[in-house]
Amino acid sequence: MLLSFIRDAVASMFRGGRRYWLWLGFLALVLLAGLVAYGLQLSQGLIATGMSDQVSWGFYISNFAFLVGIAAAAVLLVIPAYVFHRKDIKSVVLIGEGLAVAAVLAAMLFVIVDLGRPDRILHMLPVIGRFNFPQSMLAWDVVVLSGYLLLNLAIPFYVHYCHYRQREPNFAAYFPFVVLAMFWAISIHTVTAFLFSSNTGRPFWHVALLGPRFIATAFVSGPALIIIVLQVLGRVTRYPIPASVIDTLALIMTVALQISLFFVGVELFTDFYNETAHAASVRYLYFGLDGLASLAPWVWTALLMNLVAVVILTINPLRRQLRLLNLACLLAFAGIWIEKGMGFVVPGFIPTPLGEVFEYTPTAVELIVSAGIWAFAALVFTLLAKASIAISLGDVSAERAEGEGSPVMASG
Amino acid sequence: MSNLQSETIDQSRRRFLGAAAGAGAAVAGTAAAPAWGGSTLMDTMGSFFQNHYQRMSDEEIADAIGRIERRAKRRYDVDIICRDQPPQEDVVFGYALNISKCQGYRDCVSACVRENNLDRGSQMEYIRVLEMEEGSRNLEHSEHYYDPDTVPVEGKYYLPVQCMQCDNPPCVKACPVEATWMEPDGIVVVDYDWCIGCRYCMTACPYQARHFNWREPQIPSEDINRNTNYLGNRPRPRGVVEKCHFCTQRTREGRQPACQEACPTGARIFGNLLDPSSEIRYVLANKKVFRLKEELGTEPKFWYFTD
Repeated sequence: MLLSFIRDAVASMFRGGRRYWLWLGFLALVLLAGLVAYGLQLSQGLIATGMSDQVSWGFYISNFAFLVGIAAAAVLLVIPAYVFHRKDIKSVVLIGEGLAVAAVLAAMLFVIVDLGRPDRILHMLPVIGRFNFPQSMLAWDVVVLSGYLLLNLAIPFYVHYCHYRQREPNFAAYFPFVVLAMFWAISIHTVTAFLFSSNTGRPFWHVALLGPRFIATAFVSGPALIIIVLQVLGRVTRYPIPASVIDTLALIMTVALQISLFFVGVELFTDFYNETAHAASVRYLYFGLDGLASLAPWVWTALLMNLVAVVILTINPLRRQLRLLNLACLLAFAGIWIEKGMGFVVPGFIPTPLGEVFEYTPTAVELIVSAGIWAFAALVFTLLAKASIAISLGDVSAERAEGEGSPVMASG
Repeated sequence: MSNLQSETIDQSRRRFLGAAAGAGAAVAGTAAAPAWGGSTLMDTMGSFFQNHYQRMSDEEIADAIGRIERRAKRRYDVDIICRDQPPQEDVVFGYALNISKCQGYRDCVSACVRENNLDRGSQMEYIRVLEMEEGSRNLEHSEHYYDPDTVPVEGKYYLPVQCMQCDNPPCVKACPVEATWMEPDGIVVVDYDWCIGCRYCMTACPYQARHFNWREPQIPSEDINRNTNYLGNRPRPRGVVEKCHFCTQRTREGRQPACQEACPTGARIFGNLLDPSSEIRYVLANKKVFRLKEELGTEPKFWYFTD
C-alpha cells in the first residue's frame, strides 16, 4: 500500500497539460543554467563570486536568510488550521507545508553553494564529522533546518497517505507533531537571526531586535507569496481556494508589515538620534560612506515599496480589491527580499571591523546560481503541490488504483 | 641563541624524519606511484577521508604530512619539510606592541607574507598596519592602504593589527565543525584539511584577522618557505580560512615570530606570558597598556603600549 502510494503520487507529479510541462521545462532550464554556473564556480573557486575578505558573505547568504523566513511562514497556515480549526485554512495547509519544504531545501542549498569546500560537508555530521553543537550558531541552524524539513515532510506524508486510502487521519497521532512544528517554525527563524546577532564585532547585527524583526518580516513575505501562489493554483487546477483564506493571510500580513516598519523606524531613531560609531553600517546602507553607496538606491526602493504596500494593506477598501492586494503582495515580497537580503547581510560587513569601506557586487555566476536554486525551489513546490492536489481531489487514491488495476489515472 | 636554535631545529628534524619513514612505508605498502608526482588516487582518497587533526593517530598524521609534502612538490616543485611541532610545556604566548616606536614601515607585513607562504595572487596579509590620525583612535578614520613617499607622515601614527589570539575567541565558538581551536600555548590554529570554508569565523572575528583562499594560492616556487609546520605555515588548499598563528613553525622552537624579527624599530615584544622574567611580562607590569576592542570580552593576548 505504501509503495503504491509513493508510486501513484510520483506518477501524478508528471502528468499534466502542455502548459504544465512548459512550466516544468522552463524551471528545469533555469536549474540547468544554475548548475552550469555552479560548475564554473567549483572549477575556479569562490573567486568567481564578488565576495572578499572584507565582505565575506554576499548574495547567497542574503537569499538564505530570506528563504528561512518564507519557510517559517508556513506556520501562519498551520496555527489557524490546527489550533483554531479553521476548515477553510485546513484545506490549503498542505500546500503551505509544501512551500515550507521547498523553501528549506533552497535555504540549505544557498548555504552549500556558499561553502569553500562542499566536498567536506560530511564534516558537519555527528560522529563521522565534528559538530560544534551547541556552541556554534551555524550548527544550531543545521539542526533546526533539518528538523523542520523532516517535520514538514513527515506530517503531510502521513496526512496524504490517509487521504490516499480515503481514511481520516488520526488527529491525536499527528497533532503533537503539528504543535512541535509550530514552535519549530519560530525557532528556525530565531536561530537564523541569532546567527547574525551573536556577532559582537558587527554592531549592525548585534541588536536584540533582530529576532523579532526577522519574525515580523517573515510574516510579511511568507503570506505575500502564499496569497499569490494560492491564486495561481486556484486558476490552473480544479482545487477550490476559499477567498476567506486570502482575507486572513492579507490581514496577518498587514499587521506584520506595520510592525516591521515600526521596527525599522525604531532602529533608525536609535542609530541616528545620537550617532555613534556603531551606526556606521546603517549610515553606509542609507546614505553611503566615503562616497560609496551602492546599496542606498536599493534600500530606499525597498522602503518605498514597503510603504506603498502598507498603505494599500492598511486601508480596508483598498486591500479588499484583489488587484491592489496582489500589487501590495508583490511590492512587499520584493521590498522584504531587498531589506532582509542584501540590505541586511551585506552592510553588516561594511565598514569592516577595522573601519575599511569595501563594497560588494554579486557576479553573474552568483546571480545565475541563485536563479537556479530559486528554480529548484519552484520545481520542488510545483511537484509537491501537483501530487497533493491530485490526492486531495481524490484523483489519486488507493481505490482508484485498484479499480483500474493500474496506477495510471484516466484524468489528470 | 643561535646554538640553541640549531639544536631545537635538529631535534624536530629528527622527529620529522621518523615520521617521514612511517609515511614512506605506508605509501610503499599501498603501491603508490611517486612517478606521478604524488598525485595518486591514494592521496586523493587519503585527503578525503582524513580525520580531524585532534583525532588522528601519529601514523595518520605522518600519512597526512606525506600528502602535504607530495602536494607541495606537485604544485610548486619544491621539497618542503612539514613538521607537526607540538606546543611547549608551560608556555602561553603573548605579544605587546609599542605604538610610539612603530613608524609604519610595514616590514613586519612583508616578512610575514614570506615566512608564512601567503597567497601572493590575492596579496593576502595577516598583518594590517593602520595609519591613524593623531588625537584619535577611531578605526573608521584609519587609512589601510597608505602609500606616501616616506613614513612616518606628520600628524599620523601607526597601529599594526593582526590576530589577537583571543583567550575567549569568538571565531572558535562560531566554527560549526571545530576546525579551529586554541592550542595549549594560547595560539588559535586552523586545521586547513578540516575547514569547510563557510567563513562564519570571519564573520565572528572583530579584528578582521581571518582570511579566505578565494582561489588556489599562488606563490612563486623560489619564494616558498620550505620550513613549515602542520598547524602553521604549510601551503594551504583553496577554499579554506587561514590566519596568523604566531609563526608556530618558529615560536614552538623557541624562536621569535617573523614579524618581531623584521621590525627595525624594536616595537614588537613577543614572549611567554607564564614566564615572570620574560620581556613581555615586564611590559605588562611596567607600561600602560591597552587592548583593541577590549569591551567585546574577547580577552586578546595582544597588547599595545606607548613609551
